[in-house]
Amino acid sequence: MARNDLQGSLDLLVLKTLAQRGRLHGYGIVLHIQQASEELLQVEEGSLYPALHRMEQSGWISSEWALTETGRRAKYYRMTAAGRKQLQQAEASFEQLVRGVRAMLRYA
Amino acid sequence: MGILRRLGNLGRQRKLEAEIEAELQSHIEMRIADNVAAGMSPEEARRKARLQFGNPVVVKETTAAADAALGLERLWREARYGARALARSPGFSVMAVGVMALCLGATTALFNVARGVLLEPLPFRDPSQLVMVYEHFHGSNLGAEYNQVSPADYYDWRTRTHGFEDMAAWRDWQFNLSGGHGEMPEVVHAEAGTWNLFSVLGVQPALGRTFAESEDHIGASRVAMLTWSLYERRFGGDPAVIGKEIHMDGNAWTVVGVLPRWFAYPDARVQLWVPYTSIASPGFMQHHEDDQSFVVARLRPGVSLAAAMSEVKAVQYRIHMEHLDKPVAGDAISRPMLDDMVQEVKKPLLILLSAVGCMLLIGCLNVANLLVARGAARQRETAIRDALGAGRLALIRQHLAESVLLCGEGGSLGVLLSAALTRWLIHAWRNLPRAEAIHTDASVLAFAFGLMIAAGLLSGLLPAILAARSSTFAVLRDATSTVRGSASRTGLRTTLLTVEIAVTVVLLVAAGLLLKSFLLLRTTDVGATTDNVLTMHYDLPKTVYDTPAKVANFSQALLERVRHLPGVVATGLGSVVPGAGYGDDDVFTIVEHPPLNPGQNMPDALTRVADPGYFHALEIPLLHGRAFTPQDRLKHANTVVISKQFAQEHFHGENPLGMHLKVPDWGDATNYEVVGVVGDTLYQAGRSSKATIYAPVLAGQLDRDYTLVVRTASNPLAMSLPVQKEIAALDPGLPVSNVLTMQQILGQSAETASFSATLVLAFAALSLVLAAVGLFGVVSYMAAQRTTEIGVRIALGARREEVLRLMMSDGLKPAVVGLTLGLVASAGLTQLIRSMLYATQPLDPAVFVQVAVTLFAVAALACAVPAWRASRMDPMQALRSE
Repeated sequence: MARNDLQGSLDLLVLKTLAQRGRLHGYGIVLHIQQASEELLQVEEGSLYPALHRMEQSGWISSEWALTETGRRAKYYRMTAAGRKQLQQAEASFEQLVRGVRAMLRYA
Repeated sequence: MGILRRLGNLGRQRKLEAEIEAELQSHIEMRIADNVAAGMSPEEARRKARLQFGNPVVVKETTAAADAALGLERLWREARYGARALARSPGFSVMAVGVMALCLGATTALFNVARGVLLEPLPFRDPSQLVMVYEHFHGSNLGAEYNQVSPADYYDWRTRTHGFEDMAAWRDWQFNLSGGHGEMPEVVHAEAGTWNLFSVLGVQPALGRTFAESEDHIGASRVAMLTWSLYERRFGGDPAVIGKEIHMDGNAWTVVGVLPRWFAYPDARVQLWVPYTSIASPGFMQHHEDDQSFVVARLRPGVSLAAAMSEVKAVQYRIHMEHLDKPVAGDAISRPMLDDMVQEVKKPLLILLSAVGCMLLIGCLNVANLLVARGAARQRETAIRDALGAGRLALIRQHLAESVLLCGEGGSLGVLLSAALTRWLIHAWRNLPRAEAIHTDASVLAFAFGLMIAAGLLSGLLPAILAARSSTFAVLRDATSTVRGSASRTGLRTTLLTVEIAVTVVLLVAAGLLLKSFLLLRTTDVGATTDNVLTMHYDLPKTVYDTPAKVANFSQALLERVRHLPGVVATGLGSVVPGAGYGDDDVFTIVEHPPLNPGQNMPDALTRVADPGYFHALEIPLLHGRAFTPQDRLKHANTVVISKQFAQEHFHGENPLGMHLKVPDWGDATNYEVVGVVGDTLYQAGRSSKATIYAPVLAGQLDRDYTLVVRTASNPLAMSLPVQKEIAALDPGLPVSNVLTMQQILGQSAETASFSATLVLAFAALSLVLAAVGLFGVVSYMAAQRTTEIGVRIALGARREEVLRLMMSDGLKPAVVGLTLGLVASAGLTQLIRSMLYATQPLDPAVFVQVAVTLFAVAALACAVPAWRASRMDPMQALRSE
């Protein structure tokens, strides 16, 4: 059975964000998830940064310091090849979770 | 890869934290900027951003944690805590580290020596295929299970059996090496080896070549090989020595090769090698009873040792049957070459290793005890950490981290110490075979490391579990009242102490037994005086002293000169003095007795030569008849003196005087008349005496070793120079060797016994000190725990003697239990060292009683100090300290 915990979902959201937007800093990721989910999902900063650093240690994403459009220094993240593979797995396992939960709910 | 990166991160903690801080800061600032853009006031924007972000410190820590591997980081933290805790009590730490360094160092050093000597393969080709083959007498009275081999037996074995790839032989010899250019003459230890010996061993010379088969024949030209030490010492390491001649015993020998530096077979004292037959007289190769050689054999691949030996045994039995009138062994026996070289020291080494292991165990128990005591002092700290949510496992881990850290430091010091100790052992243990095989390498370090970890776990685990087990509630409750001590903690300490004392007792008993037997050995009565007697050794080369008359004249002239030196009380001349070794033995028949039955072994006896003054000089009592006279000389030297044991064993109450002996190996058919009987002497301290025949030295036998005996009025060593000058005055080219007092000679035979007894005693003494310290600690701890109780007792009118008795009995209980257990264990374990004891029983009551008394006295003293202190306590102060 695939890992279907909360942390897994956050990883999925971050990886998907980076897949859609390429290079992005932490704050940008928070904003993107908020907008893309039509304000339904609110990422907590308190769990985002540990997750980013853990994913970087796992080799799924890489980071570099760069200037933002407004001239501020920020740490940008980008997805690696290993991250792309991880994203596919995470998406598949999430689909499975959703199907499973739906089936449960529909069960009469 | 993740692990490596995380490990790397551990080292760069500070830099990483700064980076995380910057990252989080930029996040907050972007949020503020957006808030301001959305129309908030700067303060409002900042407040909202902060609120949304949460506690940045917590975020930073959890983020940093994600960067480091959790387990590793925790381990590091625990080590740091441990180090800090240890640094807070330096006295304790220094003592524990010192104890561990000593114990681990000594154990590692002995392991290193034992491994090198007992386990390291011999430095020869395929050493496991090499065996030593000996003659074997069945049920003989010669005590010769592994008997040396005669040349003819060796040649028969080599030519008539096929199980061995090859067999080689060698025998001890010594030469007077005289200088070509005015160097001092010297006596060199040599070996005469068959030409194939080096190929059997698989040894290539460092320079030149080994012997050729054609050089190993009687009458062949004389050649020699130098060992590396002689090559460097005497010939300056000059390769031009190959092909040069050296002069030994008045003959010229051509140097054909130099052996490699590492070659130290059969021992490091050997200076040079000559071919086996180069020292032999004609007929040598036909001697079946000249048992002086050692035989090395290399097994043929695919042939079992049993199969190869069965052929040798069969050949030997045939030889025995063909020579029933001679003392020829009826069987042969073998043992692996390595065992053969180390069998004398195997037991002492194993005993020392066990002793040092016991000391290590005691050291660990002691550190464990100290840690339990510290655990008690830190109960509150532990309880508070526990209450704040530290896991039990984390607490155990921290305790273990401390003890492993202690043992780590101790172990590192111990490794340094062991290097020094190893060197000392090799240096101090004279005649340790295979000392050259001892070297410190990675496996020794690995051993030390493993030992260190094991010691750390052993000494840390018990206290750690105990500390973590005590319930938080109980500790905090106890902390409010110190009247009751923690019973389980005291119980554990007492148990540790009991074990410690029991092991100490075993060590003390073993040390006591070894020491007693060593002292007995050294003061053995060898049957001759050992006070103020100087001996020295010379031998007269056959080339110069070529007639019996010349030899006898030299002897008489020398004795005459020495006798008149001031300070000389008596002089004598013999071959081997009592205590100096086995020397020669020969078989004999008694002319007046009926001939032996066919197949019966001929009796044998030690043979010695003596001059008229010999028995007087050594104070060997003359029991019957007369000693030799100056008339027993040359042609008239057909008399012998026998020892008391000889008379008892072979004359059974008959009067031996006037009887006649025939000794075939003395090379003539003379009937020797027994003219006297003297007291028995021991040829070596620690061995039983043996029947002995003395022949007149003035017979002037050629090519013999002589020992000059000089009894002096005072310090005998002071006479050594004047006596040597007299020898030089008679013959300046004659080297003198082994200038030793009788006591030194006896000391040499007790050397290994002395060495192991001293070392085991040192280990036992250290263990006793450790046990005393442990006992002192426990009693002090119990006294401290019961301060309030004692205060109350005294305040209520208890007499101080009663308090003293109470505390003493608490401390002495484990000592007495440990002592009893230790004595019982010793009674069983000392059987293992029975073979190393001389004239001492493993259950020697004196030793057991002395050990019990010593231990009890030390234990009482260790308890008395803290107990007395407790009884002197001021009750007011004790109660107020609550």
